Amino acid sequence: MLYFSKLRILFITLFSVLFILIASSNLFKFDDNFFDKKINLGLDLQGGSYLLLEIDNEPVIEQKLQNLTTTIRNYFKEKNIKINNIKIENQYIFFNVIENDKQFVLEVFQDENSDLNPYYPRFKSHQLEIEDTGLNFKVNFSRQGLIKLKTSSQDQAIEIVRRRVDEVGTNEPNILKRGNNRILVELPGLDDPMRIKSLLGKTANLTFRFVTNDENDRFGVEKLKFENGLEEATVSKRIIISGENLLDAQPKMDTQNNQTIVSFTLDRVGAKRFGKATSTGIGKQLAIVLDGKIISAPVVRDTIASGSGQISGGFTFQTATDLALLLRSGALPAPLEIIEERTVGPDLGQDSINAGMIALAIGFMLVIIFMFVKYKIFGLITNITLIVNLFILLGVLTLFEATLTLPGIAGIILTVGMAVDANVLIFERIKEELKDETNTILAFDGGYTKSRTAILDANITTLLAAIILFFMGSGPVKGFAVTLGVGIFTTLFSVYFIARLFTSIYISRNKDKEKLI
Amino acid sequence: MIAFNKYYNHFNLLSSLLIVVSLLLLIFKGLNFGIDFKGGTLIELRASDSKINVGSLRDRFNQMDLGDVSVKKFGNDTDFLVKFENKDNKKKIIEEIKVNLDKSFGNNYDFRRVENVGPKVSAELLKSGVIAISLSLALMLIYIWVRFEWQFSLGAILALFHDVIVTLGVFSLFSLEINLSIIAAVLTIVGYSMNDTVVIFDRVRENLRKYSDIKIFELTNISINETLSRTIITSATTLLALLAIYFFGGEILKGFSLAMILGVVFGTYSSIYIANTVLVRLKVSQKTVLREDEKK
Repeated sequence: MLYFSKLRILFITLFSVLFILIASSNLFKFDDNFFDKKINLGLDLQGGSYLLLEIDNEPVIEQKLQNLTTTIRNYFKEKNIKINNIKIENQYIFFNVIENDKQFVLEVFQDENSDLNPYYPRFKSHQLEIEDTGLNFKVNFSRQGLIKLKTSSQDQAIEIVRRRVDEVGTNEPNILKRGNNRILVELPGLDDPMRIKSLLGKTANLTFRFVTNDENDRFGVEKLKFENGLEEATVSKRIIISGENLLDAQPKMDTQNNQTIVSFTLDRVGAKRFGKATSTGIGKQLAIVLDGKIISAPVVRDTIASGSGQISGGFTFQTATDLALLLRSGALPAPLEIIEERTVGPDLGQDSINAGMIALAIGFMLVIIFMFVKYKIFGLITNITLIVNLFILLGVLTLFEATLTLPGIAGIILTVGMAVDANVLIFERIKEELKDETNTILAFDGGYTKSRTAILDANITTLLAAIILFFMGSGPVKGFAVTLGVGIFTTLFSVYFIARLFTSIYISRNKDKEKLI
Repeated sequence: MIAFNKYYNHFNLLSSLLIVVSLLLLIFKGLNFGIDFKGGTLIELRASDSKINVGSLRDRFNQMDLGDVSVKKFGNDTDFLVKFENKDNKKKIIEEIKVNLDKSFGNNYDFRRVENVGPKVSAELLKSGVIAISLSLALMLIYIWVRFEWQFSLGAILALFHDVIVTLGVFSLFSLEINLSIIAAVLTIVGYSMNDTVVIFDRVRENLRKYSDIKIFELTNISINETLSRTIITSATTLLALLAIYFFGGEILKGFSLAMILGVVFGTYSSIYIANTVLVRLKVSQKTVLREDEKK
């Protein structure tokens, strides 16, 4: 156990120096890519905002079912089958057909090549499930169909969220999927997420629809409130143009009346439709509806064929800017709700770093003094090992560009406290061995060998706890699991290679000394 | 040699009492869950005006109809921690509060930290916390079961339960807040307590093989003494590190380090006075170990 070949010594030295160098790259700027790695600071240390958004899929499901009723009706119409009494209730579509057609309808829904009801061979499941209740047919999304729907609305939503966050221009945002209906947004350095929160809270569904008094409008009508919440207007459900037709939107100052407005440009389809609607609807009120509320309802005075226009609605410059941004980035497929928010100001982050570093320095000093007083020369060996261990730990964290959090710093300090355990186990064992063994080298060898199972046991138990914490914990706590877990490996390395190397050098030079340890 | 075994019965009684009291506390008083597990809003506020104090803040917040509001000093005199349920999960609550505070205090305050946890998320966090602790206990059980004879496993697990229950009991008694970092602390305590027990058990087993004529009552005492200096040094250095975190690591880590300190103290104690007494009560002998050795 005590013999080291030259090659091994070289390897240990190189390995340690390498990691010390990597660790020190946090302090200096290297041109070399390999060394230009840094430990990431968690949001709790650098300050920033963590937002967990949940997609409310209910309206999407509702909308999809609504569309399906039309599709089903048209599909069977072509096959000369009449669909009766089709309606939606509690997220089910109900409909009737005459007795003779029942078999055919069922077959269509269960056909694996059906275009009406897509089949997912991988999951052995259709998109829709159909059930014959005797009275009528009952159709809803299958489990897989629902999952597909959720992931697709999540895909769309994350794209829109990304665009909106990018437009605001925060540095290095981190936007990730969580499960199949959540989106995690991390915004480092942002100490007031108010604006982003309000931007993400809006679906930004924009439509242009005529105000009507005709209750029998072919497309149906609905009563909508104005943005100010006071007035109401009856608006046709017929959509002239929607947000999808917008190419661009910008906040502008209307020089005539000194109002802030949002000017927009339409795509070709939109421009055509807008032109037609404004030519036939002169004198009528055109309501601009955003998320179910009327922003304004100006009277159409002229045909607008240019494909551009403007929205006014008593905006301040800020609200106009935000509306333009929302319109540019597009509408969310479904409303988002912020279900968790954690924001740390940058000065608190800095305070946490300082406190963490002071605690680390003091904890480290206390342990080092304690070990030196208790073990003298072997305490010194332990202490050198401890220092190298700390650097290797930081090196590993740097190499993997791990995220350091405040609990993570606590994990490092705790590692310092617990890292001496292995060395102490060995030294205490050596002391015992020396009582019966006169050959010091054999005694040392025995000390290392016999303490091994206890050391392994001790570290495996801690590692198990760290692993569970890593997989179950969230956010900052995960950082604790990382430093604690990595700390176990670096500790074992430094105890079995570095400390043992120093120990072997020391005793081979002092083997005849009376009291070694 | 210190006669630890002289007090086996006394301390068993004490531990049983501690466990019973802790369980009663946990059942009847319960734990003081923070917003991580209960849902709600937390604001850490720093004031630059002496007019802002716990009283004036409480007045202001109580007028805002936020339900149950708690205002406490946080560390020094200028920092405050405000917590409330945010029952209706109002979206613009933070903005409203800012507007409201501006009216009375102007610009003389600053939100240093804002946390808002919805009811769905807090329920999930609580669930995953319970799963994490149960899973770690189960894994430790499996590990020790593979490594040692069942009598040892029972001793180690009882010690483990003791440490976790009593630590949580102390948190209940003093109404200390349970948040995510406390779960991390409890898991680390589980690891540490196991680690400490295993080191002594390792020695007990080794001694059982070595001496056939020493009774387990004596033998555990010998083993405890042989590993005593390691026990003391390791818990001392760990405690030194934890005390450094407690006193210098800032307010946020206080609860975490306190839980760990308690855990290390209880863990060290239970390795000696619970884990070993189980071996004595189950009359573990050389045969127990040798029988197991033969099987392998």
